[in-house]
Amino acid sequence: MSQENIQFPEDLLQEVGRQIAKFPEGMQKSALLSVLHIAQAHFGHLSEPVMDYVARLLHILPIEVYEVATFYSMYDTKPVGKVKLEVCRTGPCMIEGAEKIVSYIENKLGIKDGETTADGLFTLKTVECLGACGYAPMLQAGEKFHEHLTEAKVDELIEQYRNNPKANYLGL
Amino acid sequence: MDRKLLLEHIGVEGIQTHDVYRKQGGYKAVEKALKSMSPDDIVEEVKKSGLRGRGGAGFPTGMKWSFIAKPEGVPRHLLCNADESEPGTFKDRYLMEKIPHLLIEGMILSSYALGCNQSYIYIRGEYMYVLQILEKAIAEAYANGWLGKNIKGSGFDLDLAVSTGAGAYICGEETALIESLEGKRGNPRIKPPFPAVKGLWGRPTVVNNVETIAAVVPIVNEGGDAYAQIGIGRSTGTKLISASGNINKPGVYEITMGITVEEFIYSDTYCGGMKNGKKLKACVPGGSSVPILPHYLVCKTAAGEDRLMSYESLSDGGFATGSMLGSGGFIVYDEDQCIVRNTWNFSRFYHHESCGQCSPCREGTGWMEKVLHRLEYGHGKMEDIDLLWDIQRKIEGNTICPLGDAAAWPVAAAIRHFREEFEWHVNEPKLCTTKNYGLVTEKKFEPVNA
Repeated sequence: MSQENIQFPEDLLQEVGRQIAKFPEGMQKSALLSVLHIAQAHFGHLSEPVMDYVARLLHILPIEVYEVATFYSMYDTKPVGKVKLEVCRTGPCMIEGAEKIVSYIENKLGIKDGETTADGLFTLKTVECLGACGYAPMLQAGEKFHEHLTEAKVDELIEQYRNNPKANYLGL
Repeated sequence: MDRKLLLEHIGVEGIQTHDVYRKQGGYKAVEKALKSMSPDDIVEEVKKSGLRGRGGAGFPTGMKWSFIAKPEGVPRHLLCNADESEPGTFKDRYLMEKIPHLLIEGMILSSYALGCNQSYIYIRGEYMYVLQILEKAIAEAYANGWLGKNIKGSGFDLDLAVSTGAGAYICGEETALIESLEGKRGNPRIKPPFPAVKGLWGRPTVVNNVETIAAVVPIVNEGGDAYAQIGIGRSTGTKLISASGNINKPGVYEITMGITVEEFIYSDTYCGGMKNGKKLKACVPGGSSVPILPHYLVCKTAAGEDRLMSYESLSDGGFATGSMLGSGGFIVYDEDQCIVRNTWNFSRFYHHESCGQCSPCREGTGWMEKVLHRLEYGHGKMEDIDLLWDIQRKIEGNTICPLGDAAAWPVAAAIRHFREEFEWHVNEPKLCTTKNYGLVTEKKFEPVNA
C-alpha cells in the first residue's frame, strides 16, 4: 500500500475525533491505543505507513506510535489473516484442555501457532489469559469471545468465519 | 444469611439498561449523595465501611482516597481499573457486562467524593464488546442527566469516558495504567511520587478496581456502618469470587466474607464440589500470583481451624502455610493436575507479560520458564529445583512494580508445598511426561531453604 492510499474513510475519521474528544485539549496522545485499534481493524495490520498516518492524525512523532504498537500484544505490525483465532493458553484454560484445542486447530487448518493459512484467511495464535477462566477452554476471534469450546464448536466457528470473515468484528 | 450487594438484581431482565436499573433502585445513591451529603461525608462513609481494594492488594479504599492531593486549580482524576487480567479472574468483566450502570453509579459517587470532574474507565483491549456495553450505558446516563454538567441541579459536573488497553497484563498496575492512558507503553513508574500526588498528566489521581467502585453504591445507600456489619473482622462486605478449574459450577459468585472455603468449594450454592468426583489436590485462591495451597491447607489452616473466605484467614500462616485473597480468582485443581506443569504455565505467563524494565523480572521470569519447562519435559536436574528457588528469591522485592513478586510467589509456593513432585519429575524423566504424580501426602511443614 502506498502512502497516498492510507486514509481513513469519513466515518472512521469521525470515530477518531470522538476518541480524541474524550481527553482534554493537548492530551490527544491519550487516544493513541484506541486509534491504533481502529487502524488495525481497517487496514488489517499496522504497517509503518499506517503508523506514520496515525502519528500525523494525533500530531505526535512516529516513534511514539512505533513504541506503543510494538509493546502491546494485540497489535500486529506484520500481516495476519483476516480472522485471528487467539486461543487462551493460561492456567485454567490449560486445565480444561486448551492444548487439545490448539492442536485440533493446527491439524484442521494445517498451520502452527503463529502462522497464517495460505489463503490468508486464518491466523492461529496462543495468547495469555483473556478473563474467561470459568468458561474454558476459549478463544477470541477478532473482537468476539467463544467459550466452552469443543472440537465440534471449533468446526462450526471456522465454517462460519470462512463464509463471513468480517463477522469477527463487532463494528462501530 | 447471604447478602447480595452487587449482584442482587443481576437476574432481572433488561438490567443492562438504564430504565430497568433505575426501576430496581438504581441511581438512588447518587440522588442521596448529591442532595444530602458532602464529598467528605462520602469519604467518611467509605472509611467507616472498611472497604478494601478489590483488585488484589486489599488496601483500605477510604484511606487511599484521603491521600489525594488537592492543589488549588489543578484538576484531579478518578480512573477505574478494568484491565482485569490476573489469570483466574473474570469478575469485573461479568459485572460490567451484566450490570454496567452499577459501575457508572459508583463512578459518579466516587468522583463526587474525590472532587473529580473528568473520570475514565480503562478497560483491557480484549474486552471490546464490554467496552461497547459500557459506552451504551454511559450514553444512557448522559441522556438521563446522571452525567454531564450540573448533575440533577447539584452544581456537580462529571464527564465519564471509557478508554482501552491493547493486551498487556502490566497495565493493571496503577502507574502502568496511567502511562497507558497517556498513550504510552505500560511501563510502571517509580513511586514516589504516588498517583495521589502525581498521576494522570501529572495531576492527582486515584485508581480503583471495578468492584471497589461498584461497592461504593451500597455503602452510600446503606451507610458505612451497615456495610461494615457484613463480613468478618477487617474483611467487610461482600466479595466477587471468580471460580474456575476442576469444579462442577465455575462462574462468578458474590459471597459474604467469612464463609468457609469448604462451603465455597463443596456447597451447591457455589462451586458445587469437585468435578467427576475427583479429589482436591490444590487451590490457588486469589489469582495466579498468590501462593498455591496443597489440599490439606485449603479448607483448614495449619492450626487446624476452618479456613474462611476473607483477607485474614486466607493469609493465615503467612506464605509458609497460607496464601492471599488477592483478586478472588479462585482456581481449583484435582488429583489429575500436574503442579510442575501449572507452575511452568504461570511462569510463561509472567515472562510474556513482564514489561522488560527491571532486569530481575525481565531476565528472571524467562529463566524460570525455561528451567520449569525442562523439569516438566523430563530434562531437569535436581539442582534445578534449588536454582528456581534462588531465582525467585532474587526477583522478589527487587523490581519497580509488584509483577516481579507476582512471578516469584507461585514458583516459591509450588516448591515449598510440592517439592516431592518436582523431585519425582527429575527422578522419573520418562514417566513424568505421560503420568501424573498424584496427590501430596500431608506433611508437617518445614520451610525449604529458608
